[in-house]
Amino acid sequence: MQRLDLAEIGLREVNKTLHAQAENTNQTAWEIVNPKGAHAIACGLNAPIEVSVLGSTGYYCAGMNRQATVNIKGSAGPGTGENMMSGKIVIDGDASQYLGATAHGGMIVVKGNASSRCGISMKGVNIVVQGSIGHMSAFMGQSGNLVVCGDAGDALGDSCYEARFFVRGSVKSLGADCVKKEMRPEHLELLQELLDEAGIEADPKDFTRYGSARNLYNFDVDNAGAY
Amino acid sequence: MCGIVGLFLKDPSLEPQLGKLLTDMLITMTDRGPDSAGVAIYGAGSEGKMKFTVQSPVPETDFDGLAQDLGKALGVSVDMSVNSTHAVLHIDATKAGEVRASLAAIRPDVRVMSRGETLEIYKEVGLPRDVADRFGIAGMAGTHGIGHTRMATESAVTTMGAHPFNTGDDQCLVHNGSLSNHNSLRRRLRREGIYIETENDTEVGAAYLTWRMREGASLGEALESSLDDLDGFFTFVVGTKDGFGVVRDPIACKPAVMAETEQYVAFGSEYRALVNLPGIEEARVWEPEPATVYFWSHGAAPTTTEKAA
Repeated sequence: MQRLDLAEIGLREVNKTLHAQAENTNQTAWEIVNPKGAHAIACGLNAPIEVSVLGSTGYYCAGMNRQATVNIKGSAGPGTGENMMSGKIVIDGDASQYLGATAHGGMIVVKGNASSRCGISMKGVNIVVQGSIGHMSAFMGQSGNLVVCGDAGDALGDSCYEARFFVRGSVKSLGADCVKKEMRPEHLELLQELLDEAGIEADPKDFTRYGSARNLYNFDVDNAGAY
Repeated sequence: MCGIVGLFLKDPSLEPQLGKLLTDMLITMTDRGPDSAGVAIYGAGSEGKMKFTVQSPVPETDFDGLAQDLGKALGVSVDMSVNSTHAVLHIDATKAGEVRASLAAIRPDVRVMSRGETLEIYKEVGLPRDVADRFGIAGMAGTHGIGHTRMATESAVTTMGAHPFNTGDDQCLVHNGSLSNHNSLRRRLRREGIYIETENDTEVGAAYLTWRMREGASLGEALESSLDDLDGFFTFVVGTKDGFGVVRDPIACKPAVMAETEQYVAFGSEYRALVNLPGIEEARVWEPEPATVYFWSHGAAPTTTEKAA
């Protein structure tokens, strides 16, 4: 285990060291201490390494991640995992707003709650939240899956495209063009795989699926009020 | 941008450290607001006296003999303690209503930053560290305090554009965000006779609360109705004589983090601002909900009022 002390060497040095890891590095396990809510910790990684952050992080932790597994052993600030391409982020605490915004791939697991705009404009990422999520989540979600074991806030999936949402608890309100959908066997199977990958125990049968009604795909003057 | 910090102490043994803790929090928020900074401190008051914190661009001339001149105008004795560009005037509470008019007559350039029994507001243009050093905030004791670091968007970088704003006796407001209907609201409030000095959007927010309370609303009610009447983005933190409140607009894109322990309730625009508080590792840390008014006071248990967006 390699240990990087953020208080001692600073953010730039921490990220530079992690960026320097090649695809076939032997130093695969890293630990960052003293994060103290700093911004952009472990951003832009591109190697199959495992990074543990011992504490809470600020804006954009593990943003643009590829391949790496980042475990935040605390709560995460706004924009965590923004535009992630692949790899995995596990947040032991809560996540702030716009978690996984525009993320294209990989998986984000939140053991606590996620705040507003979770998965906004998601483009292929899988997000699994053990607690609840805030308002305007998955706004304009294009693809990928958002799994919520608790409740969802107002306007879930507003103006969404092909992203899928699975919610076990209540949904305060659905956004424009987002509707409740039938759970077919392939969805139960997919949800089981996502829960397994996230390491969360829950019965897929307890969840409801939501997604796009596909009424806003093309401009229709009758829908003008909904745009 | 803009940064907000707030600290409400439950444990009186921390009171001598209030200024120091708040200063550390404020400096951490420098990159959210490097152009001006301000702090509202709720410290000691004395029976029957009202404190006016005043500011002058030329303190050496304006504050020279001010206590005597003001005392003569009001017919009472006035105590004054000068602190850099600010001075705190201790005045018999029965004369409080006459102070502004008397000051305007004898020292037209002196501006009133705050009025209250325990509240003092210090604010200036400059880096938060320099502003805090100038006034010696770190050495101040108190029960609770609010700080603000400003990155100006809606009006000029001036002392009067800095936060906190005094809304009523012992009440103050800081704001992160921008109000978009402040021009029309300013005109409306001026018609109602509310004094608004600058083109600043937050001053209008503060004046709005003052007006609502003048019309009989409690501070909580005034905050709730602000959700209907103010258009734009805001996270507000308000200070009162015995506590503080937090409210975010329904969209809630301006960040806010709170932490609570047996010893204190703390507010920060970011978690970074809270990391050096004692016992933060064990604190309950959460984000305040949108369109929900939160209040903590020494007199009562914390309350929250949800208002439908």
